[in-house]
Amino acid sequence: MSVMTVGLTVALIGAPLLLGLIGLLMPQRNRPDAAALGVAGAGVALGIVTALLILNDGNSQASMQWVAFGDLKVTLSTLVDQRALYVAFAVAAVAFCVQVYSIAYLHDDERYGPYAAQVSIFTAAMLTVVLSGDLIMLLIGWEVMGACSYLLIAHDRRLPEAPAAAVKAFLVTRVGDVGFLLGVIILGVKLGTFRIPEVLDRVSDLDAGTVTLVCLLLLAGVAGKSAQFPFHTWLPDAMAGPTPISALIHAATMVAAGVYVVARLFPLFAASETALTVLGVMAGITLLLGAFAATAADDIKRVLAWSTVSQLGYMMAALSVSAVDPAIFHLLTHAAFKALLFLCAGSVIHAVGSNLMSRMGGLRNSMPLTFVTMAIGLGALVGVPPLAGFWSKESIISALEVKPWLMWAALIGVAVTAWYSTRLLLLTFFGHQRMYGHEPRFAMTMPLALLAVPSFGLGMAVYAFRDDLVHLGTGLVLPLLMATLGILLGWLMCRRRDPIAALGPVGPWIGNGFGLDTVQRWIVVEPVLALARAVRVGDESGVDGVVMGVGRLTEATGAGLNRWHRAALPRAFAGVLAGAMLLVIAGVTVGLW
Amino acid sequence: MNINTDVILLWTIAVPLIGAVLSFVVSDATGRRLAAVTAFLTLVFAAMLGMGQKQGMWHELDWEWVPALGLRLHLGVDGISYPLVLLTALLTLLCCGYSIWHTPTPGLGNHLGALLLVIEAGIIGTFLAQDLVLFFIAFEVVLLPMAAVIAVWGGEGRRRAALKFALYTLAGSVLLLVGVVSVVIKTGSGDMTQPASLPPNTQLWIFILFAIAFAIKSPLWPLHTWLPDAHTEAPTVGSVILAGVLLKMGTYGLIRVGLGVTPDGFAEAAPVLGVLAVAAIIVGSLVCLAQNELKRLIAYSSVGHMGFVLLGIATGSAIGLQAALIGNIAHGVLTGLLFFLAGAIKDRSHTGQLAELGGLRERAPWMAGILGLAALGSLGLPGLAGFWGEAFAVFASYQRGGPLWTTLAVVAAVGGALTAAYLLRMLRKVSHGPLAPSLATASEAHWPEVVAWAPLVFLAFLLGVVPVLVVDLAAGASLISGAAGR
Repeated sequence: MSVMTVGLTVALIGAPLLLGLIGLLMPQRNRPDAAALGVAGAGVALGIVTALLILNDGNSQASMQWVAFGDLKVTLSTLVDQRALYVAFAVAAVAFCVQVYSIAYLHDDERYGPYAAQVSIFTAAMLTVVLSGDLIMLLIGWEVMGACSYLLIAHDRRLPEAPAAAVKAFLVTRVGDVGFLLGVIILGVKLGTFRIPEVLDRVSDLDAGTVTLVCLLLLAGVAGKSAQFPFHTWLPDAMAGPTPISALIHAATMVAAGVYVVARLFPLFAASETALTVLGVMAGITLLLGAFAATAADDIKRVLAWSTVSQLGYMMAALSVSAVDPAIFHLLTHAAFKALLFLCAGSVIHAVGSNLMSRMGGLRNSMPLTFVTMAIGLGALVGVPPLAGFWSKESIISALEVKPWLMWAALIGVAVTAWYSTRLLLLTFFGHQRMYGHEPRFAMTMPLALLAVPSFGLGMAVYAFRDDLVHLGTGLVLPLLMATLGILLGWLMCRRRDPIAALGPVGPWIGNGFGLDTVQRWIVVEPVLALARAVRVGDESGVDGVVMGVGRLTEATGAGLNRWHRAALPRAFAGVLAGAMLLVIAGVTVGLW
Repeated sequence: MNINTDVILLWTIAVPLIGAVLSFVVSDATGRRLAAVTAFLTLVFAAMLGMGQKQGMWHELDWEWVPALGLRLHLGVDGISYPLVLLTALLTLLCCGYSIWHTPTPGLGNHLGALLLVIEAGIIGTFLAQDLVLFFIAFEVVLLPMAAVIAVWGGEGRRRAALKFALYTLAGSVLLLVGVVSVVIKTGSGDMTQPASLPPNTQLWIFILFAIAFAIKSPLWPLHTWLPDAHTEAPTVGSVILAGVLLKMGTYGLIRVGLGVTPDGFAEAAPVLGVLAVAAIIVGSLVCLAQNELKRLIAYSSVGHMGFVLLGIATGSAIGLQAALIGNIAHGVLTGLLFFLAGAIKDRSHTGQLAELGGLRERAPWMAGILGLAALGSLGLPGLAGFWGEAFAVFASYQRGGPLWTTLAVVAAVGGALTAAYLLRMLRKVSHGPLAPSLATASEAHWPEVVAWAPLVFLAFLLGVVPVLVVDLAAGASLISGAAGR
């Protein structure tokens, strides 16, 4: 059976990749074919994952040598286990929904062809990360995802801020990836292999300092990809990308890849208490930072982006207390409900023509389906029972009991999450109707309906199989109390008007992430640019100045000698005489010696 | 049969020389086509060298040439030189083909083709020579034709740039000559396949002579300043050859001559080489980040990329050398492509100032797409050609251990992030944003351009996905298996 698993795994990555590459070569205006290729890529992947889940022949791994540097082998390896398949299923399913949704959402975009192809290539890259059994191969998927994210954020030509946001997204993650690459390299040097199963088997061969160093370096890359403090600044700006992209890449899949990689390499992280503590602190800061920033944003997509930052913090918090399964559980439910929320937001933006919630309101009557599905998504996000998020968040919070400070951060986060979710729902769908909305086309409503199903029921379904993840007992009281408090306060404060508008300039300051962008600009970006300018001047006038100086000096010396040789007759005659005298004197002196 | 295949070595050098003479004397239009046909034949011969691969030298040819000087016509090909010979032949073919369609003022495409073929013969000769004196001659053959290409077909400041290029690299050649003569006098032989061993002290100073000569060619910071001027002023095909293969003569020489003939001197000087290589990565990237001119930016990016190659070489380990070799080829492919694109953009906009460009993807989405691909490859995106050389140069440096090499590895990796910064800045200025007036009437890529770019795009993917093509060849070369033994 295993040969079949390997074949299917290769096809799972290969199919969307191939269809994506073909899509890139197609003429740009060929919409139907581009759409067919895009949907087929995700659809085939979805079918194959389903088949693999049904076959379910346990863990399997396969490996072949790819290239050898010296005696160090880089392999093409797959490592398929239950967890990998669940995540792969989530990736393929969301990718499928997004491809279908995009057909309608980008109906008037003439660069739809390359867009759909890039989404396919992204899907292949994410599946590579999920299924790879070799660190170098994982790194390839990891970086190609980043490149696709860059290309897709910059897609919209009407948004002047899009290119800058794309560059920022790529560079911030790339800075983290310097650490990731070095971590992988150290593992390769110390263990002589990049294969994940071998690396994990031989963690005990490494001394404690090396393990901690490697974990911290890998965490830099993870924090970059998963938008964890202090590398979180790129994600809100990345909302300049088309909304379906935000749903797929910047909510459900790529940003969760960091969580997945830590889970995949968890035996390594488990060996370093320091790394887990750092992860915990990072997670605590991130989940509160994201939640509070989400309270004040006016752009509906930015609220959701900050919410993603915060929810990723919850997953990281779970990992920091070795609760790997709850982290992946929340990753899966989050993939469903956050993708749903983004696609709902897209539907609203499509109807209203603006991202700003101050331009929305009262849309529940004209957009009933969007309203209901978004309410389900927000309920799942808040953790309202029995929606999906309730179960997964519950499993995380109960695991956090071993680190009380982190548990309290998470509980406060729950209340804040409930508050901003209520605000979002009230400002968009209730109150005074400012614009007339309309439900979008079927290609857009169908994905909403599809994603609403797991957002509603995935938690219950998982509980049916794994009742050890959630304990229905007194531990539930506190989180539910916090959520109720948040909803209640939110309803009281936002029912009539947006309380954030009353804060004046403080509102946007919070909504932009407490000025951390400015901090980043002044302690990283500006110094590097100033250094670059200084180095350029130094190189052009310093280093090249010496070269040109040598040239000019030679020329000047030559010209001087030349002038001197062109002397008039009397001086030339005097020169010859003087020379002869010198020779005579020298000769006589030497002779006398 | 064996004799025949060995004689191919000679043909790969003789054919472009004969073709050059013929192209020079016939008419412009005929000469351009003749040059392209010759370049194609050379590529066929070069490819045939790949037959009969084995450990060590694949083919060798050793004839007496000028007995009075002890000069032998000693040619050979192995896993280190073969990919470089192939790359040279391919890029020359692309450039000659491109010149049929487009030769900048003052025209005379047959003369340009002839010069390109002479350059090709010199470069291939450098890669195949197994005798030090022959190596030096071939190394020098390249210099003046290249200066002529810049001086005749270049931009506004072409004379000055050509003069600087010629004088600067000539200064390096003098040192190379002194080194070569010293080795030949001290050992009585210029054989590079089995170099006689020299006492360590002698090796060190001879290696320093070699290293400076090759560092100028590569170029290694701080001996790089001829490069930006030469690139900025050179015509498109000149830049492509210059970046694509001419620089590789420096890194190749460092491996074949520096490491091969004076291994002890190399080992002693390696830390200095490593530090300068990493300095090149950082300085090159930072200058690019503050650069305003497109071709100058790509030229400086070469300084950074060759820094990675030189770091790999400096480690002296099998992994480092393999990384350097694939890095060499990847840089030739990607930077060659970038210069083709920069040339095409400048042909349309008549400016290279980044501030005056923008919105290329609005007018020419295909061209912008290929530019994006080349930039992503150049920043070392895994999955494309550039990744392997950079990542494993860092790996080799870390593997050497100790505070110095570890620091070098970390700084080089940070340089990788800076590389991404300047290339994305370049894309943002050229491809994205509103359409600049200079590009308002820009046409989409013409088919001769697409034909010239397509093989490079293909190779960028191929080497990214199948790096064994270069890495495994190199592993069989005795220099590298020797390094693995040490």
